[in-house]
Amino acid sequence: MTDGNIKSMADILAAHPLFAGLDKEITDLLGGCASNAHFSAGSYLFKAEGAADVFYLLRAGDVALELSMPGRGKLIVDTVQPGHVVGASWILPPYRWRFDARAVGDVRATGIDAACLRKKCDDDPSTGYQVLKRFLPVVAGRLQSTRLRLLDLYAPPSEVGRAL
Amino acid sequence: MSALSQLDRGVAPIETGMLPRPFVVRSRREELADCVTLELAALDGEPLAFEAGQFTMLYVHGIGEVAISISGDTAKPDSLIQTVRAVGAVSQAICGLAEGARVGVRGPLGNSWPVERAVGKHLMIVAGGLGLAPVRPIIYWALANRDRLKSVDIVYGTRAPDQILFARQLLGLSAADGVRVGITVDLADQDWSGQVGVVTDLIPSMLRDPDETVAMVCGPEIMMRFSGQALVGAGVPAEETFLSMERNMKCGIGWCGHCQLGPHLICRDGPVFAYPAVRDLMSVWEL
Repeated sequence: MTDGNIKSMADILAAHPLFAGLDKEITDLLGGCASNAHFSAGSYLFKAEGAADVFYLLRAGDVALELSMPGRGKLIVDTVQPGHVVGASWILPPYRWRFDARAVGDVRATGIDAACLRKKCDDDPSTGYQVLKRFLPVVAGRLQSTRLRLLDLYAPPSEVGRAL
Repeated sequence: MSALSQLDRGVAPIETGMLPRPFVVRSRREELADCVTLELAALDGEPLAFEAGQFTMLYVHGIGEVAISISGDTAKPDSLIQTVRAVGAVSQAICGLAEGARVGVRGPLGNSWPVERAVGKHLMIVAGGLGLAPVRPIIYWALANRDRLKSVDIVYGTRAPDQILFARQLLGLSAADGVRVGITVDLADQDWSGQVGVVTDLIPSMLRDPDETVAMVCGPEIMMRFSGQALVGAGVPAEETFLSMERNMKCGIGWCGHCQLGPHLICRDGPVFAYPAVRDLMSVWEL
């Protein structure tokens, strides 16, 4: 990858909500781990249990996170919109995806080489801390959304509490 | 003169809002497995003018009375449209009413959505589950007043794709109507091409200019609590964010106190409140 490419990827990263406002030094550093990605509708960004070696910052198109359930087919557990990130399992061992990620429509994204980023974070804990501070709200937000859905707020009264 | 003192002085019940008017079921439509929309007409032919957000007390003879939001068009007062979910004895009886059956109606009661505040601004309607029924009059109003509004966005969350209330109407709205609709469900299979998640996830991406937005929210209280936080957190002024609250109503006119929420009686002071008036109350236990 040339310097020019690295800079342009750094600019793209800096423009994404996940990394917006980070020091230029850090986005330049992260740019060395980034590349453009495109997925056509219906294709998979990754599949459950696969190695979490690339995660994606969505620029256009939605991505459905799914699990396959015998007898019920593929169930969508969450939809990730542009401006958000697909994949958090790259942060922690064993670095395996927990869900399938399917492009709902055409998807344009920035792929981040997870091993590359982990190494840069390990080499410079200050950078690692900045990156983690960007990912923690993502994880916390998804946890909160999941908890709200666990409440089954829209259930008919006859079914309220059935899952408890 | 207070309502109670009127009663003490022997004012006729019709004047104090306690006597139901007889209506007949003109048509019924099954919306969901446990949810029906009734079109009611007054037996005396007198239209029931109402404002968006108001409710009535529907009385089934010999069974009881229950508060139900009006889900119809304020421009069509000849038809009283009410959408009811079968929850208890009275609402189950209402859902079971056939065309031609008679019911008693008190109302319209309560205050209304401050729709005129949205004129010249972006209007965001946020609804969850059956909370779409009380905001449908806003949608009718917005469609009729589209050129007076900068934009109209509807954010709707429900349990599953087959639980979308007024599905044909909601999914039929499009950019051609000048309305943008975002629907999210809690769980779906691959036949669903929309969003899966909670409404609060959709709010930030659908907001256009938060400073210039008026938001109106209705749904389960926890959903409204987090939606209020999401809207105001994204920059919508708290005083331009409105919620329709729900409590168990009995008299519907501020006499009995069943629907008390802190200093408010929902039936009399609401059901529509500006967010700052109820924000802190929603996190108080046992209120």
